[in-house]
Amino acid sequence: MDDNVAVIGVGLGKVGEHWEKSLRDLAIESIWMAFEDSGIDKVDALYVGNMSSGPFVEQEHIGALIADFAGLGPIPAVKVEAACGSGGAAFIEGYMGVKSGMYDYVLVTGVEKMTDVLPSKTTSILANASDRDYEAFHGVSFVALNALVMRRYMHEFKVKREDLSIFPVISHKNAPFSKHAMYRKEISLEAVMNSPIIADPLSLMDCAPICDGAASVILCSEKKAREFTDTPIIVSGVGLATDTLGVHDRKHMTTLSAAVEASKKAYKMAGVTPKDINIAEIHDAFSIMSALSIEDMGFAKKGQGTKMALEGQHYIGGDLPINLYGGLKARGHPVGATGVYQIGELVYSLRGDGRVDAERGLAENIGGSGATVSVCVLERGD
Amino acid sequence: MDVPRHWREQVRRYRLVGSKCKDCEKLSFPYRTVCPKCRSRNYEDYQLIGRGKIISFTNINSPPKEHKYNLPFAVALIELMEGPVITAQITDARAEELEIGMEVEMVTRKIMEYNDDGIICYGYKFRPIVEYAHP
Ligand SMILES: [Zn+2]
Repeated sequence: MDDNVAVIGVGLGKVGEHWEKSLRDLAIESIWMAFEDSGIDKVDALYVGNMSSGPFVEQEHIGALIADFAGLGPIPAVKVEAACGSGGAAFIEGYMGVKSGMYDYVLVTGVEKMTDVLPSKTTSILANASDRDYEAFHGVSFVALNALVMRRYMHEFKVKREDLSIFPVISHKNAPFSKHAMYRKEISLEAVMNSPIIADPLSLMDCAPICDGAASVILCSEKKAREFTDTPIIVSGVGLATDTLGVHDRKHMTTLSAAVEASKKAYKMAGVTPKDINIAEIHDAFSIMSALSIEDMGFAKKGQGTKMALEGQHYIGGDLPINLYGGLKARGHPVGATGVYQIGELVYSLRGDGRVDAERGLAENIGGSGATVSVCVLERGD
Repeated sequence: MDVPRHWREQVRRYRLVGSKCKDCEKLSFPYRTVCPKCRSRNYEDYQLIGRGKIISFTNINSPPKEHKYNLPFAVALIELMEGPVITAQITDARAEELEIGMEVEMVTRKIMEYNDDGIICYGYKFRPIVEYAHP
């Protein structure tokens, strides 16, 4: 179709604790990696996915900052914020910029610099994504909110903790291959089960790590993309939805209704059903979120979100391989950057990295405890 | 965390005042001014009794920095007898006593004092309902 949007460049910076690099250093590095990958070095607009540059590094106005220091010229450049879902939300803004015909080439950069503050302050900053007056005020961290949902899920569906602990094992399985991942090693189920409890029933290794990172992708029309490549990666469907900010206001505490809504929109736009999805990047910030995501995007019945995982179907070679570059758990979760990492990783898999032959995949990015969810369907355009 | 933002919450926090939609009777806590059920803006304050039962809970070992001097503490989702679900700390109970279904009641307690501005913040917590033997 004439107005299809394609991804023509990807730049994924190494995720980790980058004491020697600032927010702008990380962003610039990923932008120029994406330029190199795409073959172009000019864009018409920049969307920056970032959650909390203000509290983390006392820097706002980072659209202009990054455009300035990355040498992008006087282009429109704004930050898009939706907590940990900022990257996916920024990607959809960028998509609309091209889809509408407003811009020819759009750069989407996700960046988060989390390690300039101490971990207990990080915990407090992340809690800003919940209801500050009615959740975070009471000392509820993000881990704790997920623990509350996890206990409820285990209670309602008679699921055991070890059944959920399989998800970090799955994500880590793919990590040694992932050059930009923070933890490039496999882990065992016992290691997850025996890791220290942070907020029961959630343990340390159920949680994605605090880290720094930046990822960039470049978008343009499919027509323009074909000037660069014979197999462009097409963005065939996008969806973003919201839910109540507070977990306590959810009608069903164990359903990510924003994931239900967002995935329905994305599937409809792409003209597909869950059965047509070959691979998925799932927002595994916490093990429980993986199970809920699998269910609420239509891959399993309610309460059955661990079934495919326990059968081995989420490994490469299974029915639905997930988190092929380590997921949030092993690649790392630089919050506002995560959604853009997922898109970049999906592009790598669809281009063909020698591990899977996938025609179509999705990336699911969650903000907060599920109050924002974006789902993007990408497919190989050959 | 400045003074006004805590001051303005005092009635809701100390007395557990939510709101009620005058058109469809939907109760909300925290208070709302647009009904999530019927979208009416015809709302009034509603005094909650402060009793309910635990529907989920967790014991926190790694808290945000404002709460690090309170360790260890438990938080729970509590379904109030009037219907709304509230997030609050559980107090006056040992971690191993907590269970889903446990009946709890509201008390006013100190929530934090070592925040950036040194303001001592009070608010609601919930404790297990104990049966007294009457003499
Ligand atoms: Zn109403």
